[in-house]
Amino acid sequence: MLYIKCPHCGLRPQTEFSYGGDATVKRPELNKEVSDQDWDNFVYLRKSPRGKHLELWQHISGCRQWIKVERDTLTHEIFTTLKANENI
Amino acid sequence: MAMQKYSVFSLIKNAFKGHKDWEVAWKDPTPKAEYDVIIIGGGGHGLATAYYLAKEHNITKVAIIEKGWIGGGNVGRNTTIIRSNYMHDENGLFSEFGMDLWRNMSLDLNFNVMFSPRGIINLAHSDAQMNAYSRRGNSMRLNGIDAVLLNREEVKKIIPMADFSENVRFPIFGGLMQPSAGTARHDAVAWGYARQADSMGVDIIQNCEVIGFDVANGKILGIRTSKGEIKAKKIGLCVAGSTNVLAEKLNMTLPIETHLLQACVSEPIKPLLDNVVTFGAGHFYCSQSDKGEMVMGGDLDGYNSYAQRGNLPTLQHVLTEGIAMFPFLSKLKMLRTWGGIMDMSMDGSPIIDKTHIEGLYLNCGWCYGGFKATPASGWTFAHTIAQDKPHKLNEGYSLNRFSSGHLIDEKGLGTKTWIS
Repeated sequence: MLYIKCPHCGLRPQTEFSYGGDATVKRPELNKEVSDQDWDNFVYLRKSPRGKHLELWQHISGCRQWIKVERDTLTHEIFTTLKANENI
Repeated sequence: MAMQKYSVFSLIKNAFKGHKDWEVAWKDPTPKAEYDVIIIGGGGHGLATAYYLAKEHNITKVAIIEKGWIGGGNVGRNTTIIRSNYMHDENGLFSEFGMDLWRNMSLDLNFNVMFSPRGIINLAHSDAQMNAYSRRGNSMRLNGIDAVLLNREEVKKIIPMADFSENVRFPIFGGLMQPSAGTARHDAVAWGYARQADSMGVDIIQNCEVIGFDVANGKILGIRTSKGEIKAKKIGLCVAGSTNVLAEKLNMTLPIETHLLQACVSEPIKPLLDNVVTFGAGHFYCSQSDKGEMVMGGDLDGYNSYAQRGNLPTLQHVLTEGIAMFPFLSKLKMLRTWGGIMDMSMDGSPIIDKTHIEGLYLNCGWCYGGFKATPASGWTFAHTIAQDKPHKLNEGYSLNRFSSGHLIDEKGLGTKTWIS
């Protein structure tokens, strides 16, 4: 069982959360010229590193807020958790 | 020296000698300075690729570079299911080609892979699901794949131990069966391919990690490994869950995420379940091994992971579905659970293609279905490497299909690879 410290609610078991994937991918900005490659990068391409990974989770059975979690994909150790609008 | 043939006569002959004179199944060579082709990854797909390079294309100056040991990765961690019950042409034709290779594999490899075409049944739990299965079954039959739509009574005759009571949350409406699908002994597949590849001159180099690649002017020149530098003009990447780790060394970003998938077996019981059965209202599948264990699996753990070991909440969730389908499972003790890391592609279908680097070939994205694809993947990847272009069977599994929009999204899930 992973235990994730929700920045709003405190330490909770992983079963209260749902996963949202890589938090570092950025949607191309609105009202700007966007190349096919930009869309490709955003929609499909992922680094999926072995090691530290900044990812989105939603505290779906708690405060329902989206949060950021920095976690090791090999050991599952969680280093930091942040509110969705915060950056490391 | 010709390879010793396995037969009842060689068994009797060696029995008289106390089984002390068996040849090793494959050697343990030190790497040469250069090969015609290097295959990175000594899993089922890598071994099969090397075998078909030698057998179909007469390319025998080949090395397989394996970080761990033969049979230690996903080829030894899967639930051994073999099937071709796909709706889309690319997947159906590719997998059905593989079914023919499976049917002949034991003879072809002179190794009993215990292929058991016991049939797979996908259960349906609503009228809508029956309609969807009817459509998929028709698509399969148009591609020459056997498919039978079963109603509730027909399913009950085959698997009476499933929950057919009236007040269940997900009643069984019927199912789609592929009678020619089945299982095989996964370790034997790895050993059989390794033994034959070795006998034809392929060097199987275990405990050898790839540290980096030598690329110049857009061409691959060789690899750097924990056992030194090795040159080759053609290199095939065949490393499943480690694809992103090696892609990073090549400055490539791929439409792949690595996720953890668990499986488990119960204590052995007397023969009960003749087929492979999948639950249709979630993600759970079950078959019974020759040893009598119930072999079970289901969902990914649901977050990027390279851990090769699972987490309890997902296992509980999966087995809850299992008990909903087969209530008797709740009485069994769990014998073993384990995990493997899956190369999850963004449309659920694999990639077997060339890359932007000349001489570098990519085989990845097998998601939940790597084991059954072993022979067809090896056969088409060998063709792609030898001819420097994809075979018709793997043309659809291109790397650029994501940017060009030609996805093969069998499940219609989109790009959230961890949602099953």
